[in-house]
Amino acid sequence: MFRLALRMLFGDHGKYLMLICGLTFASLLMIQQSGVFCGLMSWTFASIENMRAPIWVADAKLDQVNDSKPLRDTDVFRVRSVDGVAWSVPLFQGNLQARQIDGTFKQILLVGIDATTFAGAPVQMLEGSIEDLRLPNTVIVDDFGRDRLAEGLPLRDGEKKSRVRLGDVFELNDREARVVGICKSSRSFMGSPYVFTTYDRALQYAPPQRKMMSFVLAAPVDGQDATMVARRIEKETGLRAFTEAEFKKSTVMWYVRNTGIPISFGTTVVLGIIVGMAIAGQTFYTFVLENLKHLGALKAMGTSNLKLCGMLMLQSLSVGVIGFGIGALFTYAFALGSMKTQQPPFYLPWYLPVGAFVVILCICLFAALLGIIKVARLDPAIVFRA
Amino acid sequence: MPDPSNNEAVRLTGIEKSFGGDDAMVHVLKGSTLQVQLGEMLLLIGPSGCGKTTLLSILCGTLKPDAGKVILFHRALHEMSNAQVTKYRGENIGFVFQQFNLIPTLTVAENVAVPLLINGMGHRRAEKQACEVLERVGLGDRVRTKPGKLSGGQQQRVAIARALIHSPRLIVCDEPTSALDKETGAQIMDLLRDIANDAQRAVIIVTHDPRVYKYADRIAEMEDGRILRETVGRGPIAERYLTAAH
Repeated sequence: MFRLALRMLFGDHGKYLMLICGLTFASLLMIQQSGVFCGLMSWTFASIENMRAPIWVADAKLDQVNDSKPLRDTDVFRVRSVDGVAWSVPLFQGNLQARQIDGTFKQILLVGIDATTFAGAPVQMLEGSIEDLRLPNTVIVDDFGRDRLAEGLPLRDGEKKSRVRLGDVFELNDREARVVGICKSSRSFMGSPYVFTTYDRALQYAPPQRKMMSFVLAAPVDGQDATMVARRIEKETGLRAFTEAEFKKSTVMWYVRNTGIPISFGTTVVLGIIVGMAIAGQTFYTFVLENLKHLGALKAMGTSNLKLCGMLMLQSLSVGVIGFGIGALFTYAFALGSMKTQQPPFYLPWYLPVGAFVVILCICLFAALLGIIKVARLDPAIVFRA
Repeated sequence: MPDPSNNEAVRLTGIEKSFGGDDAMVHVLKGSTLQVQLGEMLLLIGPSGCGKTTLLSILCGTLKPDAGKVILFHRALHEMSNAQVTKYRGENIGFVFQQFNLIPTLTVAENVAVPLLINGMGHRRAEKQACEVLERVGLGDRVRTKPGKLSGGQQQRVAIARALIHSPRLIVCDEPTSALDKETGAQIMDLLRDIANDAQRAVIIVTHDPRVYKYADRIAEMEDGRILRETVGRGPIAERYLTAAH
């Protein structure tokens, strides 16, 4: 009988395609928009991923990594003096204008790391060496900056697209910055390329302020829990200390609370659910109504209510699985495109498609329920009425 | 009409059925009583609204009577639960509907196989059996065709094949010729007559079509919710009634 149910469904091409389209569209909206939202949120904590440190110490009122409330230089030593701290180093992070050789300006995110330990240095170098930062007036740009900082520059030998090369020079605040390395990094939320240099040189590039240090990066001694040490730093220094995970969460939550991004994406996801529910529910209900006479005949011929309900469930869930599958495939194609261009941001943790699948199944169960109510109340004597 | 027989297929006694609420209650059946024997073809006739279809629904167990007894092959249908009635109906009754009620998205063979599938038979075996029955009703070459591509008469043959496939002891037909032309209607009635000639089977036909009266063994005429009179038809076992009457 279940094979029969599927044949009944697949045979009604119009309704079947409509159901599949509705559920595909709903799946696509839910997964793709959630993925873009997560991707965008992952951009917000790109600095934490690009400058790895177990503990980040910041001003007591700071909530997120892209904010800047400078600390006093002495705070590095205060942090280092806390029991359980293995090391602590200063970190500068600030937005600057880079003046290219042709006179155009590009916004960059300048990061100054400790020259002795290179704590907070980029994880993966694509070209050059991190040690070259010890040479005068040197910087390392990220792979995004390699293209971005060369936009508009004339093509050089063998180039299809202008790119920054090792040895290229640009200006930061009227000072020379010579590229000695290209690194891999996560994209920043504001879309500026990361430019790494030493902490002392970053202070020379950046416009002077009374306090310049953005963060203190620290690490617990071996065997100590980073969270415990972070709480101890907070208690003893009055500053705010985060583990990496805490800082990421705090940053994301700041954007969730203070921007319209979640509402915007959430609205689209909810619309996807509503549209899916409306199309699937309405189409499936119409399908059941149009087949009521046949379902009545099956009932008259001895099919139990339970079996008829099972048939409707199977029909509904099968379109759900197929619709979700196609929606997921479209999302995959979108993800491939976005990985190539890095635009728009896309990050899909496993629980998002699983959640979307559960929602699609709920939509299908809702659609089936509408039909089941109708079929359960169906009088089999309907077949004798002309 | 008295017919004290051991071959009783159906016995309805004092069937009453009303529809609607207190203000607009309609008494459709007012104590109808009817018996049908195995090997008999009974026609149930009467004007529209006299309660034929309601009586047929009660006889099949698709509708519960307000009062009265429904005995089908010596089992009291009115005492069974809904689930029991549904199962019993699936095993013992074959249906031929006025509008054929064939599922348009299934092939002819799949449509015919439905009662076997309902009774739990496997798909392949059921379809194989359906092909054999379709051969018997003269549609052996149309097993893979969709019902929409068949003529009205062919569709009704498919419906009859579907009603026969699980070898039910009672075939219930609701206006089987009303959607057919004269010639096709006659062919269908010939087929039903053949089926009714099986001594282990009873056929009940609700009809408005006077052209089919000649096929019946007995004709029960309904009016105003009651069986008004029963007359002996011209079918092969009509002779038995005439003998019993004398």
